[in-house]
Formats: sequence, structure tokens, C-alpha cells
Amino acid sequence: MNRFTGSGALLRFYLRRDRWMLLGWIAATAAVYWSQAVGSIGLYQTQADLDRAAASMESNPAFIAIAGPTRALDTIGGQVAWQSAVTGAILAALMSMFLVTRHTRAEEESGRDELLRSSVVGRDASVLATGLLVVLADLVLAVAVALSIVGYDLAWAGCLALGAAAGMCGLTFGAVALVAAQVVTSSRAANGIAGTAIGVAYVLRAVGDVGPGALTWLSPIGWSQGVRAFADERWWPLGLLGGASVLLLLFALVLLHRRDFGTGPWPARPGPARGSLGTELALVWRLQRATVVSWCSGLLLFGVAYGSVGDGVGDLIGDSQTSRDIFAADGADLVDSFYGVAIVMLALIACGFTVTSVLRMRGEEVDSHAELVMATAVPRRRWAMAHLVVTAAGTAAGVVLAGLGLGLGYAIVTGDAGAVVRFLPGALQQVVSVLLIGAIAWCGYALHSRLGVVGWLAVAFCFVVLMFARVLQMPDWLQNLSPFHWLPLVPAEPFEPVPILLLGVAVGGFVALGDVLLRRRDLATS
Amino acid sequence: MKCVYRGAVDDVIEINGLIKRFGSFAALDGLDLRVARGEVHGFLGPNGAGKSTTIRVLLGLLRADEGTVRLLGGDPWHEAAPLHRRLAYVPGDVSLWPSLTGGEVIDLLGRLRGGLDETRRADLIERFELDPTKKCRTYSKGNRQKVALVAALASDVELLLLDEPTSGLDPLMEAVFTDCVDEFRRDERHAVLLSSHILAEVERLCDRVSIIRAGRTAETGTLAELRHLTRTSVAAELEHLPDGLHALPGLHDLDVEGTRVRFEVDSDHLGTAIECLGTGGIRTLTSTPPTLEELFLRHYGETVEQAEPA
Repeated sequence: MNRFTGSGALLRFYLRRDRWMLLGWIAATAAVYWSQAVGSIGLYQTQADLDRAAASMESNPAFIAIAGPTRALDTIGGQVAWQSAVTGAILAALMSMFLVTRHTRAEEESGRDELLRSSVVGRDASVLATGLLVVLADLVLAVAVALSIVGYDLAWAGCLALGAAAGMCGLTFGAVALVAAQVVTSSRAANGIAGTAIGVAYVLRAVGDVGPGALTWLSPIGWSQGVRAFADERWWPLGLLGGASVLLLLFALVLLHRRDFGTGPWPARPGPARGSLGTELALVWRLQRATVVSWCSGLLLFGVAYGSVGDGVGDLIGDSQTSRDIFAADGADLVDSFYGVAIVMLALIACGFTVTSVLRMRGEEVDSHAELVMATAVPRRRWAMAHLVVTAAGTAAGVVLAGLGLGLGYAIVTGDAGAVVRFLPGALQQVVSVLLIGAIAWCGYALHSRLGVVGWLAVAFCFVVLMFARVLQMPDWLQNLSPFHWLPLVPAEPFEPVPILLLGVAVGGFVALGDVLLRRRDLATS
Repeated sequence: MKCVYRGAVDDVIEINGLIKRFGSFAALDGLDLRVARGEVHGFLGPNGAGKSTTIRVLLGLLRADEGTVRLLGGDPWHEAAPLHRRLAYVPGDVSLWPSLTGGEVIDLLGRLRGGLDETRRADLIERFELDPTKKCRTYSKGNRQKVALVAALASDVELLLLDEPTSGLDPLMEAVFTDCVDEFRRDERHAVLLSSHILAEVERLCDRVSIIRAGRTAETGTLAELRHLTRTSVAAELEHLPDGLHALPGLHDLDVEGTRVRFEVDSDHLGTAIECLGTGGIRTLTSTPPTLEELFLRHYGETVEQAEPA
């Protein structure tokens, strides 16, 4: 028996466990590219349309910060590449990250890995099998992306470059997650580290693409865009991604061989013999505080990054009528309307925290921790409300910090300190729409522990509405299903209290409904 | 059922005809259970018989589909939280928050229930030799079990619901657990429902036991009463074989070797069997009452017919 004995069997087992999840991730990623291709073809009927769009987009640093460097935007291929590459790279990165932590640290944490290792399985078999799984998943993803758009009269080389860029980016972050899984002892923390790495890579390239270009080359997402699909492809950045993946993999193996099963590189330290936690709220805060703090700092950073782009929006596009038409509502100030949209973008990112935080209840339930709490004098409602209170507080803090960061970044670059106050109401009002997404996740969870996933579907839908509604020519009623669509784009549009009240009532209604549902059902038993 | 429970009005647990379905599978199929104040009640049955499901219904985590369930005089589904102030629960497979220490969990669960007895907490931690400064992720199964046991036993409650509480404990710790339950039962207002597979523990601790199979109560009674239901092994050397030996009621597995006979006989018919042997002139006679293991094997085994009222 060598180090890798059993890898093949493990790989088959993983594929079987993950087949639906993989299919979902890959289909969703390919759909992003496909919808861009369909949308762009529909939107830009003539070359003149394309030229006009390209002219307005190329000179817009805000767009560049969000989506990446603009290349060949006067072609359909260039449009598809520019509009989807960042989203695709992030989706591939997240897929790879979840795959890796799911089969490494999560299995080790739960003790299932121990069972597998006691059978005829080599020391490194699960790492090899996980690695092969991620390679396979990202390869299929790359091919799926290429195939999803090649039918629209696009060059093969460009389609392949675009797919490979996403796939290789995914692979790199899979390797990052593999290292993270060796360093920390919980899969949650490993996801936290790898997720932060993805966020940092995005911000690095955002700042690098509009400012000092060197920063872009510190970011794997930047490398993947350096492939320049449909704009005279260059293939060597894929080598950077591949090289980084191999180095990270080797590093992970070194860490793995130096540590004992179930531990990290450092021995566990003793903690307090007496506890200060005395209420369910204190418990939930203790469980969630690291998550809340990291999301809040992330959102603040994102806000500052977006804000620091702001100066350029006014300077460079102030006189372009085309981009005014695209961006500004009813002749409002372009800068303000850009920030109106940016706040919605940040609020959508904050939904990631909100849904994760609501679904922590499911984690607590299936891990039988909820059972321990509910066997004490804590009623179900109070247990759930403690989770919802932490979720709501974290959401409010995150969205407000993102708004403050936006104003702050803008103020630093432009010296216009008033922006901090001007942008804040827009962020404040979005707290309600994010909470509504959380309340939907809560209702799903309350109905059945597995149905919390509707929260993620809601986020995905709102994201599609924000990014692709125009491109996909969505009917108004469909767009209006997104709560983010109900609110005016403050500061570009005037603040309106009525939609906020309506959203508030909806949140209250969903929270109450979930409360009834949860108290009616059985708790999941292990 | 043979051993009909007759007794106290003051039942802490009273379950009648409880049915709990998961989809089309009936995990509990008409279960009856009564636990009186002042008793330690053994709750026995093969894996998957429905013991943990019953306890979860009693805790209000699962909702009963049919039947009545009373816990400490209240409805465990609707009045879960106030009732839980008066009871403590130890699950069979304790899962704790990996980032908290054992000490923190003990204090948390105690406070959520409404307070811990500090002296008892310290005493229990010492007796169970638990290191409360370790993070729960580093605890072994036995140590996680100890955390839950300390949290339960240090609280000031009337009822303990223990679901295989000693699984994973070493024999020394099992003895500590037995002592702790003994101390708890000294107060006559206290009661314990103890689900267990460890027969020595059951024999040592339980006043009465209920054996369940496939979601139904198969037997309830004291151990002596249950023994009465089962067969006694008899071996005898006789002067000659008596008439009618083969026709004796309740006789099983008769083995005749010359004048030596061995058989098993239903405890009800032991007297008749011995009388019959007497007519053959007994030279030697051994009669072995059923061991607890035999008792359980009889009830756990698939092939054994249900005991019917005599």
C-alpha cells in the first residue's frame, strides 16, 4: 500500500456524493456566460451599437473596477468576456473552495475521515482524490463555459481562453482552500480564510485595474483576466495560475505531513474553566462574532474600494451622453447614480452574510447543538430569535459600514467629506431589503431544515436582476420581485419612506410566519 | 402485558398509545410508558426500537402524531420550556460546540436551565476527572459524555432523562455515574428514565424496566416480575423417567440421556415440572433462573413471540 492507495475509489465516491452540487455550480457558471452572449447579441444589433457601448464603457473606471480591464468591447466576444469573466472566476473559485473544505477539513472534523483512513486508504489518498476532483470539476466548468458561448458565432480560441481562465482561477483558489484546511481546525474557518483570499484578490485587481497596475498582478483573478479572451489571447497567465496551484498544493502536503490527524500546525490551547455565557443570545453571538466581524470588515473594505473609484466617474464620463442614458435615472447626477447602484451591489454582497447567518440555525440543528439548548428552559422561539437578532444586527452593521466605506473612500479621493453623509441614507434603506432576503431564508428553514436554501436562490435571483435585467430584457414584474428594485437609487433619486415601510412590513410578516412554522415542525434528529 | 403497572397517582411520565411517524415509517407504534416519582426506570430495547425518539418526544423536540404524553403533569410539546426547568437531559451521542471549553458548556447549559449547584458542579468535575479547560473539539466521546453528565447532574431538577448516558465511559467512570444516580434518587421526589444497553447498570440501578421493540412496549415491570415471564433451565438426574414428561405444559428443548434430563420451562410451569420430576425420584437437581442477558435476548430477538397475558 502506498501513499495514494484508494484514491480512485475515493474519487468515485466524491463524484457520487457531489454530482448534483457540481452540476448546479457548473450550470450556474456557464449560464452567466451564456446569458451575456445572448443578451449582448440582443442588445447590440449593429456595429454602431457596439461602438457606442464600448466607448462609454471603456472610459468608465467604475465599470473597470467592478468588471476588469476593458478589451475589444466593440465585439460581442469582448463584451461577453468583460461582463462575465470576474463573476465566472469567482463562481469557479467558490465552487473549488467548497469542494476542497468539504472533503478535507469537514470530513476530518466530523470523524468520517477517520473511518475512511482506517480502511485500505493511503495517507495522501484523500488529498489526491480531492485534488483530482477539483481539477475535474474545473475542467468540466471550463469546457461548459466554452461550449455555452461558442455557438454564438464566436472564435474557438476566445471561448476556450475564457473557459480556461475561469477554470484555472477556480483551481488556484481550490489550492488556497487546501492550504487553509491544513492550518485551521474547522471547515468553517477554512472557508473563511479562502473566502477572504477571494475577496482580497477581487479588491486587488479592482484597485490595480484603475490605478497601480502592479496590484492586478498580485491577484489570481487579475491573472485570469490577463488571458485577454477575444482580444488577441495570450496563454501564459494560465501558467501563472497553474504554477501557483502546484506550489500551494505542495505547501499543503508539507503542512499535512507535519501535523497530526484532526489538528492544525499548532497544539490546541486550553481555555477558561468557567464560562461567562449565560443566555442564548450570548451563545449565538459567541458562535457568530468571528463571522460578523470578518464580513463587516470585508464590506467596509469593499465600500472604500468602490468609493475610491468615484472621482473618476464624474471626471471621465461627465460629458458622455451615452453613459448618462445607461446609468443615470432621469438626468440625475452621474456620480450619485453610480453610487446608488454601487450601494445595491454592496447590499447584495451583504446578503451573503445574512443568509449564512440565518442558516447557521440549520447547522446548529443538524449538529444536535440546538437539541442541547432546547432541552434546557429555552423555548424554540427564543433560540431562533437570538439567531435572528444577531443576523439583523450583523446585517445592519455590515450594510451601514459598506455605505460609510463608500462615502469614506470617495471623500478620501475627492476631499468631499459631505459624501459620507450623502451616501449613508442609501445604505441605511438597503438594510431592509437585505433583511427581507434573510427573512425568506428564515421561512424556508423554519418550514424544513433543508429549505433554507431558498435564501440563496433569492440572492442569486436579485443578483441576476441587478446585473443582467437589461441584457436579458426581463419584464418589469419579474424585476420587481427583487426587493432591491423597490427602493429608489439614493442619492441619485430622492429618498422615499413608503417602499421602506412596505419592505419592513414584509420582513415582519416573514419573521412571524417563520416563527409559526418552526414551532410546528419536528427538530431534525441525527 | 403481563405485568400491569398498578400504583402511584404521581407519575412523572405518562405515555399512552404514542405513535410517531417519519414519512411512512412508524418509529413509535403505540408505545406506553409510565415512570413514577421516586423510581429509576430502565428503558431497554434493541437499536432502532424507538428509545431516543420517545425521549425526543418527551423533550418536545418531536411532535407526537397520536396518543397522549404527559411529562411532570404538563404537555411536553406546548409547555416545553417551563417543564425543562425541572428536568435535565443527557443525549447518547453528545455533540458540543467545538470552539467552547467543557467548563463553558457546563455553565451555559446550567444557566439556560435556570442555575447550577456550584458545590455539586465542582464535586462532579473532580469525580468524573474532567478537564474543563479543554476545547470541546479536542474531547473524546467519553469526555463529551462527561460534560453533558456534569451539566445534568449539577442542576437542581426532579427528573433526569438519560439516553445511554454511559456510552463511551470507562468502567471506573461508569461506577461514578452509578453512584451519582444513587445519590440523586435518595430524594423521593426525584425520578430517572434511563435508556441503556448495559445490563449490569440496569440491574444495579433500576426499580422497574420497560422493554420496547419496534416502537411498542413489549414488557414493563420490576426485574423480578420480568424474570417470572421467562424460562428456567432445569437439569436433573432421576431414578427413572417419569410418565408424562413429554406432555408437560410450558416445556422446551427437552434433552433426555438415559436417566438424565435437561429442559427449559416457562417460569409459570416450574412447579408442575418439578412435581413431575419428583415422581421419577430425583437424585440431583439444578435449576437456574434466567440471567438478565437471557431475558433481554428473549425480548430483543426477532423470532421470539410476544408475551401474552396468561
